[in-house]
Parts: sequence; structure tokens; C-alpha cells
Amino acid sequence: MVQHDRSNKDTLLDARGLTKRFGDILANDKVDLVINKGEIHALLGENGAGKSTLVKMFYGSLEPDGGEIVWEGKPVDINNPAAARELGIGMVFQHFSLFEALTVVENIALALPNPGNMSDLAQRIQQVSREYGLPLNPDDIVADLPVGIRQRIEIVRCLLQEPQLIIMDEPTSVLTPQEADQLFLTLQRLAEEGCAVLYISHRLEEVKRICHHATILRHGQVVRECDPTLETPASLASMMVGADVAAVSAAEQAPQIGETRLGLHGLSAPAATPFATALNNISLDLRAGEVVAIAGVAGNGQGELFDAISGEMPVAPDMVRLDGTPCGKRNITWRRKQNAAFVPEERLGHGAVPGLKLSQNIVLTRHSTGDKLVGAGFVSTAQAGEMEKRIKQAFDVRMSHDDPEARSLSGGNLQKFVVGRELDRKPGVLVVNQPTWGVDAGAAALIRQALIDLARSGSAVLVISQDLDEIFEIADRIAVISRGFLSAPEPAADMTRERVGLLMAGEAENQGEATNAH
Amino acid sequence: MFEAVLLTVITAATPIMIAAIGELVVERSGVLNLGVEGMMIMGAVIGFAVANQTGSGSLGVVAAILAGMGMSALFGFLVLILVTNQVATGLALTILGIGFSGLIGEAFIGVPGLKLPELFIPGLSEIPFIGPVFFQQDAIVYLGFALVAAVAYVLFRTRLGLVLRAVGDNHGSAHALGYSVIRVRFAAILFGGACAGLAGAYMSLAYTPQWVENMTAGRGWIALALVVFSSWLPLRVVVGAYLFGAVSVLNLHAQAVEILDIPSQFLSSLPYLATIVVLVLISANRRLTLVNTPACLGKPFVPDR
Repeated sequence: MVQHDRSNKDTLLDARGLTKRFGDILANDKVDLVINKGEIHALLGENGAGKSTLVKMFYGSLEPDGGEIVWEGKPVDINNPAAARELGIGMVFQHFSLFEALTVVENIALALPNPGNMSDLAQRIQQVSREYGLPLNPDDIVADLPVGIRQRIEIVRCLLQEPQLIIMDEPTSVLTPQEADQLFLTLQRLAEEGCAVLYISHRLEEVKRICHHATILRHGQVVRECDPTLETPASLASMMVGADVAAVSAAEQAPQIGETRLGLHGLSAPAATPFATALNNISLDLRAGEVVAIAGVAGNGQGELFDAISGEMPVAPDMVRLDGTPCGKRNITWRRKQNAAFVPEERLGHGAVPGLKLSQNIVLTRHSTGDKLVGAGFVSTAQAGEMEKRIKQAFDVRMSHDDPEARSLSGGNLQKFVVGRELDRKPGVLVVNQPTWGVDAGAAALIRQALIDLARSGSAVLVISQDLDEIFEIADRIAVISRGFLSAPEPAADMTRERVGLLMAGEAENQGEATNAH
Repeated sequence: MFEAVLLTVITAATPIMIAAIGELVVERSGVLNLGVEGMMIMGAVIGFAVANQTGSGSLGVVAAILAGMGMSALFGFLVLILVTNQVATGLALTILGIGFSGLIGEAFIGVPGLKLPELFIPGLSEIPFIGPVFFQQDAIVYLGFALVAAVAYVLFRTRLGLVLRAVGDNHGSAHALGYSVIRVRFAAILFGGACAGLAGAYMSLAYTPQWVENMTAGRGWIALALVVFSSWLPLRVVVGAYLFGAVSVLNLHAQAVEILDIPSQFLSSLPYLATIVVLVLISANRRLTLVNTPACLGKPFVPDR
């Protein structure tokens, strides 16, 4: 193993033999990690490799069971986040740690030991945020702000603590490409000023682009360290997984386009709550044989659009048609009987009932679609068990014992199950929201390939996703949703990331409004 | 005449207002305590008993507050440490309070009580009309107004209030930032218990200075409803409590006059109807309501250590 030389730099944080155990599972097993000053250090690994556990120990939200953390040459005990902040460790969380009902300045005050007077703090926020090109209005209520701005709040909150180390957990997963570029500039500037960054990401392209050093975790152990600038995304991926990752491609086989299966015509719906997004005159024809992907930053109406298509939110009958039949007011079971299938974004709680066994969860979505699961009002447990085994095999769902409760599955495995449950039917129309959210590279490739295969076998597939890599891998046509407006779908071959980014940033809106004017 | 009516309105509104402001703090921290009625009735009986035995109204009030806090400490231990279901635990607390207070109070039924003295505020109490109504009251009435003002100030103007609201809005984030969710909630629950106990003491030491079984008669539930309908805003709690007090007093007078041929059952239900209607109307601003609703209300929290 080649280790490039980093010893000539100042060591900021030196973790030695950190161990953390949850019950029987060793989440971190004697992890050694050295972070130097002014370094952007990538932490890579599959889901469940122990990345989040490790950084939570640095930030004091978890206590290590063994090993020690040496900070600027001195062994330290980081018992709680306040102690971490005192040392100069700041964190930007993967799932934002913001308080939606509070204002920007209140949110930031909560993270500072001595925030002082609120109006002074508001001024400091404005000053620092402008200085770093991340402008913020201190009096806005967080619930009103889009995710990109919310992340700015987290970053500015970190900066006000004048940290020496910033930990970022998947910061770009919610940003447009342009917003991500802006973030990279900020990070590079911080690194030049001597601040270290510990960067967790699934996006290997950006790791290669901005990180100086990478540590790779697998099953809680450090398996490799490398200089990501000398690697390719593919080589980084195979280090993470420990094997080569199969490439997915939609382009190999040209789609055989058939008739329109799912039609949206001027679909509009008001926002149900002040925090929801209204849908504005959305039109789309989804044809047999193709995969259409809807890109967009989270919270731009994807959830509402999915609910209208699946039947969870009733709309005017003509707005949604399945095979030409108006069904805007029909319920989800009726639509399933029309050979449509739906996979919602939230897999635990929405896609599956946490406390029910997998076979029981199968009955919940498949009870009336001709699988002989229900006869004379009675559920056939034998048939449900059979289907559970079939899905488990076809989609490589890993479980500790047979037919467990849904909540005992890891996120990636459960995602394979909820997608597999619908794919197993070979539906004529499949609508899936965030098919591979939080799923590791291997499982994501499996799901994406299955979606393409379904379309090539003559079904219509609509994928709503925030992951541009995924969209370019699988889509035949791409549309972008922005503030409840949908751009006209364009062939994937003609689309570029820059174009998608512009549409995400609001051009889709203008396009949507232009169609309104017709 | 008008003065006398206004005086009775204050007396009717005070216990509900005090219990509600306490519960408001509890709910702002993200905990739903349905045991207000039980804590209140325990405050009433203990306050009466201690005042009766010692001859001191002040000792009675202090004992009532401690009784409310004791009940709420039990609730806090169950829902925060043992993570029991908040709704079920709160209901059980009410049932426990009503039963236990009946047992303690058995010896005091029919015993003449002790009424808290009125405190005349020098100067202010001599203002015509306003003086007798607002400044010749007992200490608990003054304390009630002070409590509302203090809660409103602390909630929205201090760091303590900010932390409390943060814990109620998103306990996961508050924990991630290093705040002790359990400790903040326990303190809020104890404050709620103290307020409920004080409200109970007002019932048995000022409103009707005697002990009658189940004498709080659902006021704890009214206080709970008031918190929700007031969108968790302290000043609206005052509006709601006074509205309830006013309509219930008017209804007594209307029944006495018998000018209207309206069934008394309907008149008795008026305070409840009027309060709900008005508070629904003022909470029509859904945005304001949503921003003020504690998002973690009633959700259990287990720190991941």
C-alpha cells in the first residue's frame, strides 16, 4: 500500500484506536485517523461503514468505548458538543439540525456559548455571511427557506464559532450543481485560511475534485488511505465496496417507445400547509418503454407531485390519466388495479410499516392486484411468505432471520425491499420517488438496473430523484421541477448538468409560466 | 353591580389562566401533560388541608404548589425517564389525582375554610372603579398576572425561553447541539405542576373557601384546551381565560334573572362554546399557528448514547 507523505504538516486531530460498539455490532473498530491543518479530508465508505458514528465521536454526541482523541498534541475528552465547539470543532449535519419554527438568528444563537445581544449577533451574521458569499437574512423563519439556504445557515453557524475543524456530513446531497460549486469555493477558502475540513460524501467526483486526502472505512475499520486526486471515481468506489461496482447504463439498448400510459394535464394543486409547495399546471406524457426522470432540489414539490399521481392527494379527475382514463379522484388501490405501482420517498413509515413483518408489508400494497393474497376476506400467509422469499432473492435483501419486521432492516436493504415489492408485479406504470436515497453504491446499481430493465420490457417508469448522477445513468428523458413548476422533458442525450442546474435554479419556473400563458 | 360582575369574572378566570400558563410552558417544551386536572385537584385539597391545620393561608398555598409539583414529578419520571406514553400517563395522573384527593379530603368535607386575605395595593386601590376591581384582590390574582407576563418575557426574550422552544420544536437537533432535552423538559413539567397546584389552591382558598369533592369540575381540561386554541401564545391564554370567565358569570346572572326562556343546560354550556368559537376564530391565521405549534409535542425522546 502506498502512503503518500503528509508528515511535514501540522497535525490537528489524531484519533488513535477509536472503538464504538452498539449492542453486538462493532460500529467502529480501532479506527486511526489523522487530520492536518488546512486539509480537506474525505471520509468514504458504504452505508453502515461507520462514518457517522466516527464523526459523532469527534463532535461529542457519542462517547467512544475505547481509544483516544489527541487534539493539537494533547489527549482530550469530548463529552458533549459544547466541549467540541470549545475546542474549535464545528459540524454541518446531514439531516439539518435546524429549528424550523425559529428565525435564522435564533438558530445560530442556540449554537454559540455566548451569543450576546440578538441585534448585534444579527449584524455579525450578515457581515460574516456576506464575506463568505453566503448571504443570509437573520430575521427569516427557517421553515420558509429552501434547503440550499438552510445549509448556509449551518455553515455560517459553524464559521461564527471560528472553528479549526469543520465536519460536513454529505453537504451537497441537497444542493444544485451551482450551489455546490459555491460551497466548494467556500471550503477551499477555509482550507487556505488554515481550517481543516472533514468531508463525508457519496459523490466521488467531488471528492476527487476538492479533497486532499481520503480515508476509507469498511465495516467499521480503516481499509485504505489515499490521495483522491490520483484516483478515479471508479477506483474509489471499488475501494469502498471491496469489489468492482457494475456500471449501469440506459444507453445500451434503445427504448421501444409505445403509447402514453400516464398522462398529467395541467395538474395544479394549492399548498396544503404553509410549508408545502403548490403544484402549478404540470403536464407530462409518460410513454411505455421509457424512463422519465424528474430532477430537482428537495422541497420543490416532488412530494406533492408524487401524492397527486399515486392518489394520496385527490385532484380534478382530468388532471391525472392512466391509459387515458381520468382518475384524479380515484384512490391508490383503484390505480394499483389499473396496473400502476408507487414507491414513496420515505421507506420506513410511508413505504413500509415499521412494526409489521415483510410478508405483511407485501399484503398492504399487493392485496388487490391479483396475486391471490386475499381470498374471501382472509389473508393467505403462505402466499405472502412465498412472495417475500421471491423478492428477497431477486433483490438480494439481506436479513438476519427469515421474514423480519421492516424496522430491523438497514436503510439500503429496506429500500431494495420496497422497490422490489413493486417491481415483482411487473407493473405497467411505475412511479418511484428517490429510488436510491441513502443507499450504497452496490445496492443502488442493482435498483437502477432493475428500473431500466422494467422500462425495456415495455413498462413506463417515472423516477423522481435529487441525484443527478442517477438521473443521467437511467433516464431517457429529463424534466426539472422547481417551486412546483415542471419544465418540458428533454431527451437525456441533449441535456447537460449545467442546463439541469439552471432549470433547478428557477428556469423551469419561467418555462412553466410560459406554458401557462398559452 | 357592574363592578361586582367584573369581580366575579376575575375570580372565575384566574384558576384557568394560571393552570393554562403552566401547561403552555410544558407543551412549548414538547411534552403533553393531560394530568392538569389531577394536579389541580391535589393542589386544592392539600392547600385546604394545610391551611386548615396550620391556620395559615400562605402555608396552604405553598403546600398546594408543592403538591402539584410532586404530582408532576411523578409524571416527569414516567414519561421522560421510563418513556411511557404521554397521553395515557397524563390521563392516569388525572384519575389518580381525583381519587386520591377524595380520600385525603374526606375529613374536610363541610369544614369551614379559610379565605386568603385581599391585598390592597396602596394608591392604586383607591382609583374609582378600577381600584376595587383590579387592586383589591388576593395575592394569587396578582401572582397570576405576574406569571403570564414573566412567561411571555422569558419565552420570547431570553435564552432560557429560546432553548425551551428549541427543545419543543426539534428535540433531535437540540440534543445534537448539546442541550439536555430531558433536563429542560423536567423543569418545564415541574413548572406546570407548580402552576396547576397554585390554581388548585385558588379554588379551595379563594374561589370557594371550602373543600368539596371534585371541586375543580373540569377546569383543568378547559385550561388544556385553552393552550391549544391560544396557539401556545401566553397573551391569548389571558384572552381565552377571561372570555370563559365572563361567559360563565353572565350565564349565572342570566339564569337568575330568568328573562329568557332558554334551557339552563344550554346556558351552562355557553362558556365552553363561546371560548372555543372565539379562539378558533383568532387562530384562523394558520401560518402563525403552525409556527407556534411545538413540532415535537407528545413525541417521546430517547438520547442515542
